[in-house]
Amino acid sequence: MAIKKEVKLKFWDKIYLPAVIKGMGITISHFFKTLFTPPSKRYTIEYPDRRKEDIPEWYRGLHRLNTYPDGTLKCVACFCCATACPADAIYIEPEDLEDFDKEHPKEKAPKVFQIDLHRCIYCGFCEEACPKDAIVLTNHYEIVHTSREAGIIGIEELVKTKREGGE
Amino acid sequence: MMEGLLNPQVFMVFKVVVVFIVVLTIVAIATWAERRGAAFIQDRVGPNRVALFGKIRILGLGQPLADGLKLFFKEDLFPLHVDRVLYTIAPIISFIPATMTFAAIPFGKPFVKNGTQYFLSILPPDTNIGVLYIFALAGMGVYGIIIGGWASNNKWSILGAMRASAQVISYELAMTLAVVGVILSTGSLRLDKIIEAQTGMWNIVPQILGAIVFFTAMFAETNRLPFDFAEGESEIIGYHTEYMSMKFSMFFLAEYANMITASGFFVVLYLGGWHFPYLDSTVAGSIIAFVIKLLFVLWTFIWIRWTLPRFRYDQLMRLGWKYLLPLSLINLVIVALFYAYGG
Repeated sequence: MAIKKEVKLKFWDKIYLPAVIKGMGITISHFFKTLFTPPSKRYTIEYPDRRKEDIPEWYRGLHRLNTYPDGTLKCVACFCCATACPADAIYIEPEDLEDFDKEHPKEKAPKVFQIDLHRCIYCGFCEEACPKDAIVLTNHYEIVHTSREAGIIGIEELVKTKREGGE
Repeated sequence: MMEGLLNPQVFMVFKVVVVFIVVLTIVAIATWAERRGAAFIQDRVGPNRVALFGKIRILGLGQPLADGLKLFFKEDLFPLHVDRVLYTIAPIISFIPATMTFAAIPFGKPFVKNGTQYFLSILPPDTNIGVLYIFALAGMGVYGIIIGGWASNNKWSILGAMRASAQVISYELAMTLAVVGVILSTGSLRLDKIIEAQTGMWNIVPQILGAIVFFTAMFAETNRLPFDFAEGESEIIGYHTEYMSMKFSMFFLAEYANMITASGFFVVLYLGGWHFPYLDSTVAGSIIAFVIKLLFVLWTFIWIRWTLPRFRYDQLMRLGWKYLLPLSLINLVIVALFYAYGG
């Protein structure tokens, strides 16, 4: 459906020139503003030289598997995250446990918990779906690998991801 | 030291070499200024990473050098379907007039030494056709574009070339008629006479209308935004889609060389050439005054490019035929009436 928009131009708009000069005033003011701003104060952060420090708490970066203070995984291998994942990036192999007498009793735990970082779209649905707050997205954004295999990370790496801002 | 070398023939060669080198250097700096200026206007940073010896960044001034080297060493292949002869000569046809045009522009005050008069333009000023020479060669430039678009055997290229030719046709008239006003007030086609006639008052003051028309038409003539129809890099595809490596960079250099010549021409016609209060009392000062004015107009090209969006094709035609042409005629009539009855 075409929307026809009638714009009534005033005389001063019709002769272009005042509008053009006004626009040129705006652009040159931006030019001088940027020219006299030192590079450290500009919007652009030139990444390898400088890093963005004040990443907001809700930023969705590298995943982390949370543990209890005694080191046991919070994950109970319920598959909620893997089901919620729209990119099919999470692979879980569960194993049955019978440790009801322990401090954190659970029936199942993941034997294999892999996240394919090439598939992951960092949407945070896994975080939302998790009933145990076991998987969270931290604000690490420097996710670099040199091979495809290295992009698939397991429990050991996921546990080691640093927490942000204390928890 | 210079006394022995200073004879007309040596001076001529010296001028040609220096002007050629300076113009091509300004081209390189203009591409850098364009990208940096665009970045600053849009609150970005722009190219600043190309460094000398990998250490000294010099504000990214190495970028044009790196770009040039890249284009120079890129593989130069012929797409299968092109017309090989035309495909090869099109960038040359575009490039040569662009570099030739500057020859007629006087960039400094003539001076007398040892009884011989030396003038600072490559063509001798007593070739009476200065203005026509520039128009003729500037009109040649579009042949490169048309031939390039045709030889590419690509419908989008030929459409770009067609837009360029239609644009040139509709703007050359207004441009020429605006300049006729200047010729009328000077009484000569010689560019040095035009500059001489502007001693005291630059043409932009009495002929502001003509200056505006000429300035607008200049953008269309050099295919710059907001009349960037031949290329239309961001959405409509242009005439050099099929070009690569050195052939592409010749089109690119031609565009910037045309910008420099058009700026120089505007300075000569309307901004008083090398005239500037106090500065033009010496020869060196007059050259400096000319270069400063030229760089300012060149910067205005870049400035306007990043201010205005591109016109639509029919808007361009309407502006050209219905507004600029009558305006230049009005300017011409005013100047003619003034010289018939007032002056």
